[in-house]
Amino acid sequence: MISFFSKLSLNNSQKPPVELAKPAYMDKSATLQELGYRDENDLKETIYDFLRTIRDPEKPSTLEDLKVVYEEGIFVKEPTADKVPVLRVEYNPTVPHCSLATLIGLCIRIKIQRSIHHPVKLDIYIKKGAHTTEDEINKQINDKERIAAAMENPNLRNLVENCIADEE
Amino acid sequence: MSKLELVQTLTGHKGIVWNVSWHPQGKIFASCGEDKTIKLWSKEGQQWTIKTVLVDGHQRTIREVAWSPCGNYLASASFDATTAIWDKKSGQFECNAALEGHENEVKSVAWSPSGQLLATCGRDKSVWVWEVAGDDEYECESVLNAHHQDVKKVAWHPSLDILASASYDNSVKLYKEDPSDNDWSCIATLQSHESTVWSLTFDKTGERLATCSDDKTVKIWREYKPDNQEGVIVTDRESVWKCVCTLSGFHTRCIYDITWCHHTGLLATACGDDIIRIFKESETSDPNAPTFDLICTKLNAHTQDVNCVTWNPTGNKEMLSCSDDGEIKLWSYTE
Repeated sequence: MISFFSKLSLNNSQKPPVELAKPAYMDKSATLQELGYRDENDLKETIYDFLRTIRDPEKPSTLEDLKVVYEEGIFVKEPTADKVPVLRVEYNPTVPHCSLATLIGLCIRIKIQRSIHHPVKLDIYIKKGAHTTEDEINKQINDKERIAAAMENPNLRNLVENCIADEE
Repeated sequence: MSKLELVQTLTGHKGIVWNVSWHPQGKIFASCGEDKTIKLWSKEGQQWTIKTVLVDGHQRTIREVAWSPCGNYLASASFDATTAIWDKKSGQFECNAALEGHENEVKSVAWSPSGQLLATCGRDKSVWVWEVAGDDEYECESVLNAHHQDVKKVAWHPSLDILASASYDNSVKLYKEDPSDNDWSCIATLQSHESTVWSLTFDKTGERLATCSDDKTVKIWREYKPDNQEGVIVTDRESVWKCVCTLSGFHTRCIYDITWCHHTGLLATACGDDIIRIFKESETSDPNAPTFDLICTKLNAHTQDVNCVTWNPTGNKEMLSCSDDGEIKLWSYTE
């Protein structure tokens, strides 16, 4: 399996161009309604809207076009004890040996983190049975330390930025 | 009624704060994170403030900082694949040595109790033991490739040169040097967690170890020495470590850190559900099957994942925590 996380090149000394952007935090005791959602379904739809426009790393299509992401793949789980919404996002790589499945998982996480403006807990998984190494990939894309390191790798970061950039 | 009271919220870092580390005398601490700086904090009147900011030591996230037992050196482990050693022999803190060798991210660094050895670990699956060879000189003593995945954390036994490491391969390993040939080797593998082991902490005797994991459990392990009275079979005259307690059902997300106070015996955890929890061993606890009670749950300790918790080494029941939310918090525990 090609792992994007295992090919870190450290000789690239290019400085990161942007400030470390962080969403503005709202009071964690806020209900979904207070956060601006009608209900759980509205939260799901909002998340789906963030994801559907992500571009496939290789093809000139979006993840929605390719049915890699789909609305039924977003689950609003029981919130944490602090009432932080917990979201599970499931995605379906186009082929079971897709070498870009890890990168797509990374794009999904970064896109949601950048787009949502309140605390949220994310669990991202490959649809069960949809990939030959799904357990390995699931573990990687839910390890926040690996994600943080991946986003400091300039090449990988560029790939992600290109996939999640808004359409002109 | 036990409670954890917020003493002060400390801001200054930009982005994720990954780690905080008390100076051995408990009057200074260091913090580090995504913004690639190390900040040194101390108390001015009633307030903790930033005294020094160490910059330009690393090109990427600084994952962990550790003070030497003498308190004169600070080591920092970074995603830029290096470990820097800082001291203030010149009057102000400077980086006077850089340990290079890991292929990519260094995730943890720890000084041995004597201060003569350093351990580092990283995503290249290896654990390195370094010897302090002289002024600003560090020599690699051993590269240990016992894990088959990313190594998340290293910690030394409180009084002996025994090293422990926690890994993405779900196991914990212990190492020591064989005095006959000066070779370091793995002397025990602790297997029971079902996902990444993020951190570990010895109790004050060093005969017990607490580990925390992405599997949302804490496990307590006990050492059974050769010829132990319990009749636990020991081969090759090396101690056997057994999991004697599993704390499950308390944490709701990944547990990123655990700290065992060597004065009070209290265990505290940092969790991805933003909560700090404190556990106390029951008075009637059986050494071979100890029981721990959850005595404090600090809801909303941070607005995001808690990455690190650490008791003040002086035993004054102060605790530091830091988070993805960019904040450091100082807490005071009262029974």
